[in-house]
Parts: sequence; structure tokens; C-alpha cells
Amino acid sequence: MTKETAMNFKAATLWGMIVVLFALVPVLASSPYQINLASHVLIWSLFAVSFNMLWGVTGMLSLGQALFYGLGAYSVGLLVNYLGSAWYLPGIGIGLLAAALLAFFLGLLVIRVGGVYFTMLTLAFGQLAWQITFKWYDFTGGDDGIQGIMPPGLLGNKTAYYYFLLVLVLVSIWILKRMAYSPFGLILRCVQQNPDRVRFLGRRVRRNQLRIYIISSFFSALAGSLMVGVDSSIHTDMLYWTTSGEVILMSVLGGINQFFGPFVGAVAIILIEDYVGAYTEYWSLIIGTIMLVMVLGFPKGLVGEARRLIMRFGRTETGR
Amino acid sequence: MAPILELKAVDKSFGGLHVTSKVSFAVMPGEISAIIGPNGAGKTTLFNQITGHLRSDAGAIFFKEENIVGRSPQQIVARGMGRAFQIASIFPDETVLDNIRAACLSRLGQTRKFWRSVVTFRQATEDAHAILDSLGLDSQADRLAFELAHGDQKLLDIGIALALKPALLLLDEPTAGMSPDERQHTRALIKKLWKAFDLTLVFIEHDMDMVFGIAQVVRVLQQGALLAEGTPEEIRANKQVITAYLGEDF
Ligand SMILES: Nc1ncnc2c1ncn2[C@@H]1O[C@H](COP(=O)(O)OP(=O)(O)OP(=O)(O)O)[C@@H](O)[C@H]1O
Ligand SMILES: [Mg+2]
Repeated sequence: MTKETAMNFKAATLWGMIVVLFALVPVLASSPYQINLASHVLIWSLFAVSFNMLWGVTGMLSLGQALFYGLGAYSVGLLVNYLGSAWYLPGIGIGLLAAALLAFFLGLLVIRVGGVYFTMLTLAFGQLAWQITFKWYDFTGGDDGIQGIMPPGLLGNKTAYYYFLLVLVLVSIWILKRMAYSPFGLILRCVQQNPDRVRFLGRRVRRNQLRIYIISSFFSALAGSLMVGVDSSIHTDMLYWTTSGEVILMSVLGGINQFFGPFVGAVAIILIEDYVGAYTEYWSLIIGTIMLVMVLGFPKGLVGEARRLIMRFGRTETGR
Repeated sequence: MAPILELKAVDKSFGGLHVTSKVSFAVMPGEISAIIGPNGAGKTTLFNQITGHLRSDAGAIFFKEENIVGRSPQQIVARGMGRAFQIASIFPDETVLDNIRAACLSRLGQTRKFWRSVVTFRQATEDAHAILDSLGLDSQADRLAFELAHGDQKLLDIGIALALKPALLLLDEPTAGMSPDERQHTRALIKKLWKAFDLTLVFIEHDMDMVFGIAQVVRVLQQGALLAEGTPEEIRANKQVITAYLGEDF
């Protein structure tokens, strides 16, 4: 028990440091650009963490989570564009509801097939949504997207909006973290490792897969809707399959078997894109090289490998 | 007393291959019994039919006086059946404790709880430790399941089934792949568990010391059909069984 308490304490300390660090960004930032960068880091972290609840935890590799990320963004963007900025917050709510409903019905379809077929179907539906958005120029702005989408009132202030999204992102990640360590999270991991055995525990495999698919999609939509206010725009790239691919890269880089792996992976990738992107347009080459090195040499990811080092040099510890 | 499990003319074929045919027998509550037979006789297939993993082509399977043909494994488990597998079926990347705790949480109907950490579920945790204790695995509770020795993984599989507190427990070759020492230990352990947990136990085995040592009833399956059924003494003396399976020098 003392071992568990000690670990909880360590986790809480780390958690506290992350919160403080991000909360201080507007104070320490020398330009609005840095607040913008921190916002991107936070939103992608939420997107990656919720994606990894599907993949790393439950073993469902979706190549279509951009569908939900984009749905969240377009709900807010279109409502504000056509009905006015008062619809910003309701737009987030509507987007979340729409994402949960869509995930439920789509889930009934795509979860029936397992493994690579699941991946292909999620990709197909994601690309379908992208195609529709792309083609329906009159309504969605097609390839141009829609610019100048501003949150109402106080949220129009960049710093205020940053704290707004900071709270939502951190609370969401906190909820997902609790979930990951709960009985539900344990069953999800069991579903990944041995679905047949789960059936003989008296639990339904597909039902649990559907639950996490809905939950993951819900938080992906939240990430998308929060991004609208950061860039004041929506665009079809948000729905494109490379957006789904990005969270896969983040998860692999950070470590898919660690709750905070995708978080760290998102921080790293966004920062690399930003800094390297300022010097050369070949930043994706750099990311590609890093990914190659990680996958071949450090398959546990940044967090996984760091943990292994700590375990080797520190006392023996168990658990995740 | 009514049987807890009753098979009536149960059939299963895969394509043209008739794997179990017209198998009928009844298992009484509290009984410990063995199913024996040559490789490929259809023993595992029969277990798969009883547990709902495979749907029987014909016949009826009564479990606690209800026909369970067509029911899902989940429903059958909920009625009180547990099962361990010929190849240990565990959750390799979880701790030994969590393997059992997942089953305890399932029995207690707590697998939808998503807010509190698993370690805070007192009842499930205590139950899990008690099961590990009875299996002699408690000292390995914090290890990851895949790190366990083969024999211990087989025991862990049995533990997962036991954690469901089943009325009827089916074990598919519990000593498969074990060393002679482990076999002897497991033999005694299973007899102990049968008493301690008040089980009706049906096991498949090739280890004749175990079959004739602890079973009250032995059933012989050959080419999918029930060749003989009786006490260990009767089966040992049965000419057909000797020719088909046991061999003259047994
Ligand atoms: N899903 C399946 N599809 C096709 N054939 C199968 C299937 N499952 C089992 N069989 C075949 O049915 C026969 C009986 O298999 P089963 O596993 O029930 O035998 P067993 O008595 O358990 O043998 P062992 O002692 O080797 O475990 C075998 O010939 C096997 O190849
Ligand atoms: Mg078998």
C-alpha cells in the first residue's frame, strides 16, 4: 500500500508541474504566438490521448478519428458562421452530441469487423466525410475553409480563451486517466490482450469496444471544436486522413502503452514541427527520421523508455 | 437430485468432418469427473459446445435445467459456468493480481465503473488475493502474467475461472505441458479446490494418474462418440476402452 501511495504522490507531483507550467504560459510568453503554440500542444495532446484509449489501450487502430475532430470543429465553425458568435459554446455542445451519436451508429458498423478491416473502414468513412466537406463548397467553403470565426465576449481575448481551453483539456485528460486505471480501463486492456477470455469472464467484447469508440470520438470532437478559436478558422485538412495519422505518430513517439505517452508525443511533434519548420520546409523528413529511429530502436516510446531507465536505476517498481 | 449438466444427443461437424456425434451424459451436482480419449476425439470441441463458444448442430444441453444451446458464452458464464483452457488463456500484459481481479470485478458487476482506480475495489481485491492464495500464486501477485512459468500460467487460467465462483467448472487438460512434479502438485491442488470451492468439476486429461486418482466418474470419447461411462474401476476393466485408448499394458 505504501508503494502505491508513493507512486500516487509522484504522479500527483508530475501532474501538478504540468498544470503549473501550462498555466504560466501566458505570463511567460513574449508574444501571442507562444500562447498559440501552447494551445496547439494542449489540443493535440487531448486528441492523441483520446485516440490512444482506442489504440494503445483497447487495440483498435482507427485511421479515421479526424472525422470526429473535424466534426467538432465544423459544428462550431458553421454555426458561428451562419448564426453568429453566440453559437460558439452551444456549437461545442452540439458537436459533442453529434460526435457521440455518430460514433454510436458508425461504431455498430465498423466494430463488427475486427483488426485491419476496422482500420480500413474507419479510414473509408473518414475520407468520405472529408470528400463531402471538400465538394460542398457553398456550405462548407470547400478547400478554402472558413476564416474569421471568433468566440464571443470575453473568450474573444486570446489569453482568456487559452485558459478556457487549458481547463477543458486538462479536465478531459484527467477524466480519461481515471478511466484508464479503473475497472473499465482494465477490461479494455483485457479486450486487447485476449478478447476470447473476456467473453468467458462474462463480458461483451463488442459492447466495450463500442463504449470506448464513443468516448474517444467524443473527446476528439472536443479537441477539434477547441481548435476553432485558436486559429479562428476551420479547414478541410482537419478532416483529412493525415490528421488521423498525426495522432498515430504522436502515440508511437510517446509510447502507446503509457497513459501519458501520447501527451508527450504530441508535445514533441508539435514543437518539432514548429521549430524545425521555421528553418526548413523538410521538417516532415526530420519527423520521419525520428519515427524510424524510435520504432526500430525504442519501440516503447519516449515515456516507455524513460520509465524503463528509471526502473533499471531506481528501486524495483511494479504497475504502469 | 437433478443433474446440473445434461447433454442430449449433441452433435457438431466442421464441413464434412463429424467431430462430436450423439453425445449424451449427465453430470450430477458436486461430482468430479474426467473426459478422456485419443487426440482429436472431440473433447475440446465438446467443451466449446457446452460453453457456447461453438453452436451445436443438433441436440440439447441442459445447464441448471435450462437448454443453453444458442446462448452466448457471456450468458452461460452468468448462469454459473467457468472454464479454463487447454492452452493457458490469460491476460499476458497485466499483473497476476489484475488477471484475477478482472474476473472478480466481472462477477461483482463492477466492470463498468470508470472513475475509481481498480486498487480501491476492496472486495474484488480481497477475493483475488484469496484465490491466488489457494493456488499458491500470491507471492507472484505483482508480476506480469507473461513472466510466469508455463505451469503457473495454467494455474492462473484456472484461477480466472475460479474467481467467477462458478457452480460448474470445466478444465481442459489442466496438467498439459507440466513437469511430473508440477503434475503431482496440480493433481492434489485440483482435488483441494474442488472441495474448498464446492464445485462440480469436469476435466479433460491425458494424465491417467490424475484421471484414475481423483475422478468419481470417467467418460471416454472416441471419434466424437461416447464410448463408455463409469467409475474409474469400470473404465479400467472395460475391454473396448482398453483397445481404443488405454492399451493392453495399462
Ligand atoms: N474450428 C474447427 N474447425 C475445423 N475443425 C476443427 C475445429 N476445431 C476442431 N476441429 C477438428 O475436430 C477434431 C477434434 O478436435 P478437438 O480439439 O475437439 O480434439 P481433442 O479431443 O480436444 O484433442 P486433443 O486431445 O488433441 O486436445 C480434430 O480433428 C480437429 O482438427
Ligand atoms: Mg483438446
